[in-house]
Amino acid sequence: MLENEEIEEPTIKPVKEIFQTFFKSYSAVTGLIILIGIAVMGFIGPLFYPTDPFDMVWMPFSPPGADGFLLGTDYLGRDILSQIINGARVSIAIGFSAALVSCFIGVGIGSFAGFYGGWVEETLMRITEFFQVLPTLLFAMVIVALFGSSVLSITLAIGAVSWASVARITRSEFLRIKELDFVLASRSSGSNDMALIFKVILPNAAAPIIVQSALLVGAAITFEAGLAFLGLSDPNVVSWGQVIGSNRVYILDATYTVTFPGIAIFITVLAISLVGDGLNDALNPKLRSR
Amino acid sequence: MLLVLLVVVVLNFFMLHLAPGDIADTIAQTMGGADEQDMAELRKQYGLDQPFFIQLLNYVVKVALLDFGHSHFYNLPVFDLIMERFPATLLLVFSAQILSIFVGILLGVYAAQNPNGLSSLFVNMFSLFGYAAPVFWTGILLLIAFSLHVPIFPVSGMRDITIESSNFFVHFFDVLRHLFLPMITLASIFFAYYSRLCRASMLEVLGADFVRTAKAKGLSKKDVLLKHALKNSLSPVITFAGLSFSAVVSGAILVETVYSWPGLGTLAFNSIISRDTPVLLGILIFSTLMVTVGNLLTDLTLKALDPRIKI
Repeated sequence: MLENEEIEEPTIKPVKEIFQTFFKSYSAVTGLIILIGIAVMGFIGPLFYPTDPFDMVWMPFSPPGADGFLLGTDYLGRDILSQIINGARVSIAIGFSAALVSCFIGVGIGSFAGFYGGWVEETLMRITEFFQVLPTLLFAMVIVALFGSSVLSITLAIGAVSWASVARITRSEFLRIKELDFVLASRSSGSNDMALIFKVILPNAAAPIIVQSALLVGAAITFEAGLAFLGLSDPNVVSWGQVIGSNRVYILDATYTVTFPGIAIFITVLAISLVGDGLNDALNPKLRSR
Repeated sequence: MLLVLLVVVVLNFFMLHLAPGDIADTIAQTMGGADEQDMAELRKQYGLDQPFFIQLLNYVVKVALLDFGHSHFYNLPVFDLIMERFPATLLLVFSAQILSIFVGILLGVYAAQNPNGLSSLFVNMFSLFGYAAPVFWTGILLLIAFSLHVPIFPVSGMRDITIESSNFFVHFFDVLRHLFLPMITLASIFFAYYSRLCRASMLEVLGADFVRTAKAKGLSKKDVLLKHALKNSLSPVITFAGLSFSAVVSGAILVETVYSWPGLGTLAFNSIISRDTPVLLGILIFSTLMVTVGNLLTDLTLKALDPRIKI
């Protein structure tokens, strides 16, 4: 095992170095700060701004800034600022957990396909191709429409349709790494397949998978917003897309009811993409000149 | 290709089967309730009392014969409903795809000539916007702008029913005018991807030996760029176009809903509201068909560009 670790070392960059590269990039740090700010807003914000997002608090269509409501009120007289604060929690939670779900499925399928090759690879990659051809939004709509629109079913639906890219990346990394010497060394020292896949190869394949998953978080947030816009959101929690969807009819009278939640989505996804770019540079310097 | 469709159909069946409640429940609900005996009668009528595999086989055979079931909301066969809406979606998806590829290539070629200049920066900013702004939001913003501030393009529907001309071209331009905003909105997601891809692959090709040869031969700058460099840098762009078809179809659903474009997207939106599951499943099958055909077309284009590629 000692020998094996010696060979393994150079392919994984030291954590300290990764952090240094990441924090040297202004855009990545800005993205991270914005993201943390939005998460804090979503999870702690309601303590400081206790207005219930579902409460009718004032007259409908009160413009931003007037009557003490910073972002105005919507068509039912609900406070939009409160909807944005509370919507952040849902967006961030669904975005991250859906990306986690697709990461699990994608890594599972990709690693087995890449490691075993042969008919296993053939079958699994056919399934992956199928999920690339499927119009993902429609498929998720069908799942949510049939199985009910709870936060859980929405998360699982998004996760279940967006793992194909992770699977492809994992597979190609596995194909590359499984031929390297340290894997052979580990195999000859008696590791079984599971240990080889999850302890030896996977840590070395992690960098591109992490970067792809970071981008998936952003995609999942827009995805959830799209579903909510179409009316497929959990009716018990407020979400940004749902605010846009329900105010859509009134945009000509009250433009701000859709502008502000849209800006919230935009900034969040932008921040995630900046963090993703930063991670990409930090974990994988070879890919920088993309 | 047929295999993909078969898998979608089987998947549809499984989801219908696993989902809580069946068609008898739905009908009973709309009738305002039914007793056990009527429910059993209904289930028998729809073949729900048969064994699982027989049901699956029945479903697949029915779909293969283009029978997608009956929409209880519109009271029409699903197939007729879909065929009525399908051309509109087809028009939107393919025109947006072609527009985004075309504009993307233009921007990419332009940016590649000056890799560190302003135009490259612009392309990068643009691509971040395309990635981060949800397409339905872009659509709503454009809709507000074009309905309140510059009312030159119609913002909803596909035809102006007040036109009473029998001239084909009048109707043609009417549809084009209506198509403009939805098409721009849908294409806006992908401008950026194509321009980035095209820029990167142009940069790579511009450094290649054959481009230097072409320059040394004394060809004009335009000929070198368009005939030699561009043609050889197109294949990643076209490959991506094939991969992005399913995303375009997904985006089309949202864009259609925003602009009330009478295609499959608005139909899907309505069938969600009215809980019209057979329609939704039919749309899923049809849009998968559209994506597979799109993939086939991109494969053929790739082959036309580079005869070495075998399909």
